[in-house]
Amino acid sequence: MAKVIVVTSGKGGVGKTTSSAAIGTGLALTGAKTVVIDFDIGLRNLDLIMGCERRVVYDLINVINGEANLQQALVKDKRTPGLYILPASQTRNKDALSKEGVEKVINDLKADGFEYIICDSPAGIEQGAMMALYFADEAIVTTNPEVSSVRDSDRITGMLSSKSKRSEMQLNPVKVHLLITRYCPERVEKEEMLSIEDIDDLLGIDLLGVIPESQDVLSASNLGEPVILNQDSDAGKAYQDAVDRLIGIERELRFVKFEKKGFLSRLFGA
Amino acid sequence: MGLLSYFRKESPKKGSAKLAKDRLQIIVAHEHSSAASPAYLPELQCEIVAVIRKYMDISSDDVKCEFIDKAEDGISVLEVNVALPRNK
Repeated sequence: MAKVIVVTSGKGGVGKTTSSAAIGTGLALTGAKTVVIDFDIGLRNLDLIMGCERRVVYDLINVINGEANLQQALVKDKRTPGLYILPASQTRNKDALSKEGVEKVINDLKADGFEYIICDSPAGIEQGAMMALYFADEAIVTTNPEVSSVRDSDRITGMLSSKSKRSEMQLNPVKVHLLITRYCPERVEKEEMLSIEDIDDLLGIDLLGVIPESQDVLSASNLGEPVILNQDSDAGKAYQDAVDRLIGIERELRFVKFEKKGFLSRLFGA
Repeated sequence: MGLLSYFRKESPKKGSAKLAKDRLQIIVAHEHSSAASPAYLPELQCEIVAVIRKYMDISSDDVKCEFIDKAEDGISVLEVNVALPRNK
């Protein structure tokens, strides 16, 4: 049974697109046919993060308007078999996203054998964000350990339970997961940053993963290569753990404790 | 003084996470309670004030309407508090 998963946050710049790219890639690597849809109409960026910006011809709005069919608009990922992206329109207005149009696209993707449909939400709570979450079966709420991000995550969690199709149809509620990004154990240790426990207390959402602050995330986006493909990177490994948990494999949390570097390891840079 | 403040420099930063959590707890709780209340509540409050004003002199701040969701009892309560001026 196909699953629609929205990656959302409310606040911008917390890592929705980075996470969508990483998790989409991770799910496709399990052998499941996966598509990541960019809902950020007018400000598309998923193509750039996934490194396929030069192969975009048609977009989501073209498909909704019947100007192109789904097969023409889907961009096949060159690295990961079974992974596709459906880019956002760069020119249209976000009102071009109609509920009926999005529903048809999602149903057609399901009929085409896609097992995971990842909806990369834009920031905010306007049309694009509401359409990205409306059809979700599960949600990944991306949060930085920072006051404005936590507050917005709480708001968007409220919307998932009141404005989604599942809530309107009184079906089982959207399964909400928390993904903490840019976590810095050293600053948590110094009590300068909200801890995982703090965020958990405040939001009360099941924790899917904790991605440590890492320079590899910027390098990955520079290269247009989802960071999960860099398995030397802590962030890449943490995304892999999150994907594993998403498909039901238990994984212990890693990279969440600050380890003081000893004299020797500092000396040798280990 | 200068030397003391040098040593104190770290203190506002240290432990700021605790303050962040406290502030968030308050705002999140407040937003949850206001999210549960119906959109017509402010209008309802205005109308209640208007009705009472026919009979006595109160200001709009004297009436507090609150919508409380008592999920465990399966009911919601509309609480209206009217503070009346003295000697009326």
